[in-house]
Amino acid sequence: MNAPVPNESGAQWLRSDGAEGDVVMSSRVRLARNLAGFPFPNAADNEERQDVLDLVTRAAAGAELAPNLVTLELARLPDVDRYALVERHLISKQLAHGDAPRAVILSSPDEWLSVMINEEDHLRIQAIHAGLDVRAAHTAADAVDDKLESRIDYAYSNELGYLTACPTNVGAGIRVSVMLHLPALRLTGDIDKVRRAVKDMKHTVRGFYGEGSDVVGDFYQISNHTTLGKTEGEIVDFMETQLAPTIIGYERKAREKMLNARRTHLEDKVHRAFGALLHARLLTSDEALEKLSLVRFGVLCGVLKGPDPRVVNDLILLTQPAHLQRVSGRTMEQGERTVARASLVRQRLGAAT
Amino acid sequence: MKCDNEGCENEATVHEVVIRNGKKVERHQCEQCARSTGMIQHVSPSAHELLAKVILPQAKEIAEGAGQKRISCPGCGMTIARFRQHGLLGCAECYTAFAQQLGPLIERAQEGATAHIGKSPKRTGGDAARHNRAAALRRQLREAVSAEEYERAARIRDELRTIENANGGRRGPHAPSADAGNEP
Ligand SMILES: [Zn+2]
Ligand SMILES: [Zn+2]
Repeated sequence: MNAPVPNESGAQWLRSDGAEGDVVMSSRVRLARNLAGFPFPNAADNEERQDVLDLVTRAAAGAELAPNLVTLELARLPDVDRYALVERHLISKQLAHGDAPRAVILSSPDEWLSVMINEEDHLRIQAIHAGLDVRAAHTAADAVDDKLESRIDYAYSNELGYLTACPTNVGAGIRVSVMLHLPALRLTGDIDKVRRAVKDMKHTVRGFYGEGSDVVGDFYQISNHTTLGKTEGEIVDFMETQLAPTIIGYERKAREKMLNARRTHLEDKVHRAFGALLHARLLTSDEALEKLSLVRFGVLCGVLKGPDPRVVNDLILLTQPAHLQRVSGRTMEQGERTVARASLVRQRLGAAT
Repeated sequence: MKCDNEGCENEATVHEVVIRNGKKVERHQCEQCARSTGMIQHVSPSAHELLAKVILPQAKEIAEGAGQKRISCPGCGMTIARFRQHGLLGCAECYTAFAQQLGPLIERAQEGATAHIGKSPKRTGGDAARHNRAAALRRQLREAVSAEEYERAARIRDELRTIENANGGRRGPHAPSADAGNEP
């Protein structure tokens, strides 16, 4: 049942060829569902969790969720592979931990779909699309939900909707997020404007790896937090037509401002970052992400002629700890990784030595 | 609300709810009286605010739930005290068992919304509560049978029949593999 974790980056969120791809890395829709008649994962014993896992994988196989599905039972995967899945945004940190029966079903090799089994809820159905396309991500997740529901009984109440382990997710059980790259807003110091706008529109700002994670490399995730009293369509449309465009507008304006009024300042930042990546001998993952973010920005706005944007995008993923170890083909301590990371970056960016 | 202290005409701004011998005792005093009766010592305005906004409503909720403290969810055995510790419910039936406590919490988290208006499961959306209960019972039935607890199994089967007959005798749809497979 287990197959190797895909290695080269088929990750949707790194393609950068989607709508508004200069600012929006990806759009994601995640649906929380539970099976009727089974305790939620936190209250279930391992036998019950295994029952849920078997029921869902069987239903998924029968329902043909996607042409090519890979099911990974996480308890049987080595640490480095589990964390690679987290780095690819295919599973949550929570799902990566522990020994209890839990799994993820992935569409391979395009990775637009991942169905987490026995996370906080029995099912977290996630669809990701490159760029700003929340509607497409929702349509995809919704179709998978329908196919599973034709074979599995969901815990549902007419009044409260889909019943979730955490009562604050009850209702549509939907989380709609966009991952944004906002380097100019950080450089101009206007990032607080984003936080205010998002808060005013009753949404939440999260870091690179979602809930509880820090913002690194100017990558921000913005998502809804209310799930009751609105239809899925309303939640999706609000993100796609109002909130995301507002922030895209702020970022574009800040980029323009930097290019026109503070061009030298911008060039300095971008070239320094590129220089550091070309010459560093020790590189932490946070520093790599921070510098790669600036280089990506430099390439997008024409301040840097090279490197190829795809190389930069790949490095955003490959410099993460688990991917770095997979690329290097061995497990490494943190200190060793900072050396290997710097070397990988120099090599991929075509530095002289 | 006026201050409790006899003869005092001030508005009560300090509220206290204490459970003594299982009974709820409330005190409402103005700040001046609260200081002299020792209800508050030297409470700074912000601490005072915190007390009124955060701690007391919780105390009140607990007081109201005091009679229900020992109630546990029939589906999974979850108690409201355990839920308060971890923030996660144990099963779908917890929503019915703790409806009274969860209602205000959900309303607050959902900015006032209390009812789902979105998607519903196509097969089972129509009579969801009955369906949830039936699914749980089928599972319990399977367990009782495999543990050879036939008396318990018979009780569960009776309840299951009642539920299934409640809707014109139509058997709720369910995934075959989730079924106990123990038709009488
Ligand atoms: Zn008084
Ligand atoms: Zn329960």
